Amino acid sequence: MALENADIEKIAILARIQVTATEASDYANSLSSILMLMDQMQQVNTDGIEPLSNPHDASQRLRSDQVTCDNQRDAFMAIAPATEKGLYLVPKVID
Amino acid sequence: MTNKTLIQISNDLSAGIYSSREITQDIITDIKARDHQFNSFINLSEDLALEQAGAADARRAAGKAELLTGVPFAHKDLFCTQGVITTCGSKMLENFIPPYESTVGQRLLATGAVCVGKTNMDEFAMGSSNENSYFGAVKNPWDLNAVPGGSSGGSAAAVAAGLVPAATGTDTGGSIRQPASFCNLTGIKPTYGRVSRFGIVAFASSLDQAGPMCKTAADAAVMLNAMAGFDAQDSTSMQVELPDFSADLEQPLTGLKVGLPKEFFGPGLDPQVADCIMVAVKQVEALGAQIIDISMPNLELSIPAYYVIAPSEASSNLSRFDGVRYGYRCDQPQDLMDMYCRTRAEGFGTEVKRRIMVGTYALSEGYYDAYYVKAQRIRRLIKNDFVRALSQVDVIMGPVAPTAAFDLGSNTKDSVAMYLEDIYTLSANLAGIPAMSTPAGFVNGRPVGLHIMGNYFAEAKLLNIAHQYQQITDWHLQTPASNGNKGA
Repeated sequence: MALENADIEKIAILARIQVTATEASDYANSLSSILMLMDQMQQVNTDGIEPLSNPHDASQRLRSDQVTCDNQRDAFMAIAPATEKGLYLVPKVID
Repeated sequence: MTNKTLIQISNDLSAGIYSSREITQDIITDIKARDHQFNSFINLSEDLALEQAGAADARRAAGKAELLTGVPFAHKDLFCTQGVITTCGSKMLENFIPPYESTVGQRLLATGAVCVGKTNMDEFAMGSSNENSYFGAVKNPWDLNAVPGGSSGGSAAAVAAGLVPAATGTDTGGSIRQPASFCNLTGIKPTYGRVSRFGIVAFASSLDQAGPMCKTAADAAVMLNAMAGFDAQDSTSMQVELPDFSADLEQPLTGLKVGLPKEFFGPGLDPQVADCIMVAVKQVEALGAQIIDISMPNLELSIPAYYVIAPSEASSNLSRFDGVRYGYRCDQPQDLMDMYCRTRAEGFGTEVKRRIMVGTYALSEGYYDAYYVKAQRIRRLIKNDFVRALSQVDVIMGPVAPTAAFDLGSNTKDSVAMYLEDIYTLSANLAGIPAMSTPAGFVNGRPVGLHIMGNYFAEAKLLNIAHQYQQITDWHLQTPASNGNKGA
């Protein structure tokens, strides 16, 4: 199916990516051709075929609820764009 | 020095012909002198490498050296390296210094191997030509007008150019095998779950696997021995027997059953590449193998299935790049939404944004079943094809890519055309089986790789076949003219 600029603007908001009007047209073209490629799948009968999400059909391995590593808060916060008193700083969210 | 294999360097270090500090310094000097032609490195870690080399020399003097102790290598810049910038080929992580080391990195460092730097790659491993890097395209040492393949193009070019004897790579849809094929290297994508993904920046978590890129199968076995094994830090790491991947290299191939799927030789395959592969298959037959025609009827569906699943998982994984905890943040954000949207618009390149949007669409309300779940059902059909085929034969052979390396710039305008280049590699990732490329000839001076795919956890068998093939051929020993053919 072909996507319009309005579709791209909606997807871009969901993806949290700003797109200009020119970029929206480019993405509409390239995403439409990618979707045409994906639509080949719809011709295949997959009734009764279970979806495969892990190649070994393995499920998530669980572990006991115990602390296994040291607190590395300072190391992790040192690489953030903006921090203060052990908190990450972002633009004001609540007025 | 530059054309030596990893094992030759290891032997030279044992014999005391040079120290690790000496060869590490030589390699760094060589990279500085020659890599401007290839652009295969993003960053060198000279001081740290010399420190590691000094420690390796001390370890050797103390009689505690292993095979890899003191041997220099490079990491694809997708592997987190503690204290060393890890960019993933992206402006988003241009200044990112990981506070921890990947499991693969830790294991290689534990053997005493020396990491000289980080290699160029398609941004976040998304690409088949290494033209999607924020740090510029990589050039193929065999022909500077050709791409090296991708996404591990920097690792491939660095080894092919003789700058390092080995490098790590990752393979989500062919990103080790296709650049290995384009650059005349031996590269193996192990079984999903064989090598820990911990500390490797995630692209598509159900497909990603790391592996080595080397000159020979024997070198690849040594690297894989260091890299592989269960890791509690990776929730999809498999707890299975870990063989010595070097142990079976000398096994004869008598009685080996090799399947040739007709779908790997259909329209779209360059006839000259097909000729190289058929000659190679005949040589494997002469080593005692039996060649059997087989069919993989769902091969063509691997392209749409992969290009739904990989972008969907990528859109989820790359949501972590939000300008809050690490990486790039835009200037002067108006509010939180503006910060997210501009940070990601300015920090990501075009192909990454395109794939995030494809994945976001495929996972969005109303489309999830039609795209993502449908692709997962097709993924099972593809796995079933392999399970069926590998009950009749021991391994499957074919081409790695439809052509030899293509010209720089020839596929950049059309993303779908670029995706079609991945036809022969995607299915192994979807099924999770191990697969490798070994040098098998040249078309117009550009290398061609033989693709060998095997059953789950059969990496040792694949390496055995590649090693035996390398005993009767010398494709893997050929080096590009740009190396100056010095050293070995």
